[in-house]
Amino acid sequence: MPQIGSFSLLLGLALSVYAFAAGLFAIVRNDDRLSETARRAGIAIFLAVTAASGVLVYCAFQNDFSVAYILHHSNRALPAPYKFAALWSGQEGSLLFWCWLLATYGLVLRFRHKVDTRLVAHASVVISAVQIFFLALVNFAAHPFALVAGTIPPDGNGLNPLLQYPEMVIHPPMLYLGYVGMTVPFSFALAALIMKYPGEKWIHITRRWTMVGWLFLTCGIFLGSYWAYKVLGWGGWWGWDPVENASLLPWLTGTAFLHSVMMQEKRGMMKVWNMWLIFSTFLLAIFGTFLTRSGVVSSVHAFAESDIGPYFVVFLALTFAVCAFFYVRNRSHLESEHKLESLVSRESSFLFNNVLLLVAAFAVLWGTLFPVLSEWATGHKVTVGPPFFNKVNIPIALCLLLLTAVGPLLAWRKTSTESIRRNFLVPALIALAVGVVLTVRGMKPWIDMSYFYALMTIMLSVLVAATIGSEFIRGGLVIARHNDSNVFHGMYLLTRRNTRRYGGYIVHLGVIVTMIGFAGVAFYQNTEQELGFGDKMSIGPYTLVCRSYTQDDKPNYSSEWAILDIYKNGKQITTMFPEQRFYKASGQPATIVANRSTIMEDLYLVYTGKNPESGRPIIKAHLNPLVWWIWAGAHFILVGTLIALVPNMQARRKKDSPRERPRALVGSEIESRAPVEAGSD
Amino acid sequence: MRMARTLARNKLHRWTLLLLFASTLLLVGASGDGTGQRFDRLGHNLMCECGCGQVLLECNHVGCSTSEQMRKELKLSMDRGDSDDVVLAGFVAKYGPAVLSAPTTTGFNRVAWIMPVVIFIAGLSAVVLVVRAWKRRPPNPPSDSTGSAPGELDEFRRRAREETTL
Repeated sequence: MPQIGSFSLLLGLALSVYAFAAGLFAIVRNDDRLSETARRAGIAIFLAVTAASGVLVYCAFQNDFSVAYILHHSNRALPAPYKFAALWSGQEGSLLFWCWLLATYGLVLRFRHKVDTRLVAHASVVISAVQIFFLALVNFAAHPFALVAGTIPPDGNGLNPLLQYPEMVIHPPMLYLGYVGMTVPFSFALAALIMKYPGEKWIHITRRWTMVGWLFLTCGIFLGSYWAYKVLGWGGWWGWDPVENASLLPWLTGTAFLHSVMMQEKRGMMKVWNMWLIFSTFLLAIFGTFLTRSGVVSSVHAFAESDIGPYFVVFLALTFAVCAFFYVRNRSHLESEHKLESLVSRESSFLFNNVLLLVAAFAVLWGTLFPVLSEWATGHKVTVGPPFFNKVNIPIALCLLLLTAVGPLLAWRKTSTESIRRNFLVPALIALAVGVVLTVRGMKPWIDMSYFYALMTIMLSVLVAATIGSEFIRGGLVIARHNDSNVFHGMYLLTRRNTRRYGGYIVHLGVIVTMIGFAGVAFYQNTEQELGFGDKMSIGPYTLVCRSYTQDDKPNYSSEWAILDIYKNGKQITTMFPEQRFYKASGQPATIVANRSTIMEDLYLVYTGKNPESGRPIIKAHLNPLVWWIWAGAHFILVGTLIALVPNMQARRKKDSPRERPRALVGSEIESRAPVEAGSD
Repeated sequence: MRMARTLARNKLHRWTLLLLFASTLLLVGASGDGTGQRFDRLGHNLMCECGCGQVLLECNHVGCSTSEQMRKELKLSMDRGDSDDVVLAGFVAKYGPAVLSAPTTTGFNRVAWIMPVVIFIAGLSAVVLVVRAWKRRPPNPPSDSTGSAPGELDEFRRRAREETTL
């Protein structure tokens, strides 16, 4: 089987080279038949890489330890889902997985070539070039089917215990779908620049693909946080680790693009800026992959140090050079059609939003790379950890929250003072009232800086919620009046008639719900205690009573755990079982956190080990306020993005039935009137 | 008209000053922390040296003897009555500068803190300057490559949006 895998990879590489070269010649010679063969070769890449990936998974299920990758990342007792996950658990397998995802995206793109045959032909050449790089890596630098030299061991080394959790089966694919997904908008953008694409159609296609990639990246980041929270046992969800930061960088620039693209669509502005935002997003996605795999920065998440880093540096430099070359050559094509007229306008709010997102991206990148820079400059490596990132990024995040409240209600071109007063007076008063109530109830910002930030976050979140709420209600009322229905049905129709705008608002709601969850950090508590039979420990309103502690033995691991009865205000509410496992194949321990999550707080218990003298378990208890809100916010973001991806009801009806047209006009009429001077989107 | 504008501007300035004053009061009023809070704060300014790459108080290694030892040293230093600077300097002397969880504000490390602020200010200033420059600029003729008037372009945009809907 490994030979079939190796052959498939070579075939995939050959097909990629053909798709690239034939596609290029076809464009130069304007040869449609050659272009079609390139497209079909692109489709065949998917089959070849799927075969290679299938062989690797098959080897994992067959316990074929003659394959070095399977030997190092699997073992006989490993449960089936984790054997499947072994595909992306190590360097070579995850690069193969990357190739497969890219081939899948390429397949969809080539199947949808009728959207614009010529543009897709150009984009297909770009995607083939990226595919050549990754397939060359897995063929020559990080071969997943390399064979074990000498005697084949009877069992494998097993999967890293930290990866043996359900979240880890789904988190890496989501993240990779996001990273790899950014290749498609990049391909369209570069293609449009190369061919001096007339009109804006390419930007609409690109925006949609970027939203898909952004959605996966967002899901991947949240799932990674959830995994860190549930698995690593330190009570937090974001540690500003270099690999975590690497995933945040393309997310930030992608978010900036999804906002500024509206200026190009609506007013034909910011063409250069948008082009470079897409280029940067792709380059940062590749840079993140480089960080994870090169050993340049130390990280708990990184793959084993390897020598593939220089290949990535060359690829990044080459990609940048190609982008810069075509930009310099064709930049006249990207001139703006309109100009900015006022600092207080929707356009300016997008500009400020973009600047803030890019400053945040710079701060994260700067902090991540500063240890390398300081070692180079002074000879000493310094650590840049959470205190730095929090101090720098929290003020930026607060400014972004303020813009989230203000931006959507500003009109295109210019907004009058009267309009600002009318739209923001009530939301601002509500936010202020919430601030006063919270301060009176104990959230005193002068006690600690973290309280100040928490208070500001909640107040600004309320401001955003109030402005979004007023948008929905006003629009819903107008539609309800036209249709003789109630306001909720009106809001539903409003959303369906402009999915992008109102889906976007739901994403904003998700962001503020998540931010409220972040604000809970200010009120975090923890305690640690050794517990014997019947011993008690307290944290916040909870009392933990140790009923018993015991151990178990399973084929893949042995474990120890405590049985704790939890009381709140004197009444037993549940029993929790914090656990510690020892994985036999790898000889590594891991914690299984016991977590009781409510809307107000999480009671998070970790079995940290046994006191060697007394033999009694040591329990660490964390009380994490508002964590539930973080995961709830993620769901809002997911739903909002999906809504934004759905076509408008109005557009579909127009296509389906001309008789529906007069009714559909109601939606556009409302968008032009409500809400408050602001144009749609 | 100009008078009304000046009055409005003065009013805005008064409110801004009041807001700044209130914020300063809030921050100046921040009180010192207790022993537990101080331990927590200092423990978050240090990294665990076991190789986990995590903040000292957040090392999640099961039975990590290094973090245990470092926590004891921190407690001992605090019990001796050492100031924050002395406590941290003691750790740097023993474990090297990488034991601090964030760069200091001295020497080359200052660059770490300054750069994000510089970029932030430069970015915001650039936006203001760009908007002002664009306000003074006459409108651009439509791009040669499209050969269409802005009105037509808007129509093309609308059609393109419809055609590219999935």
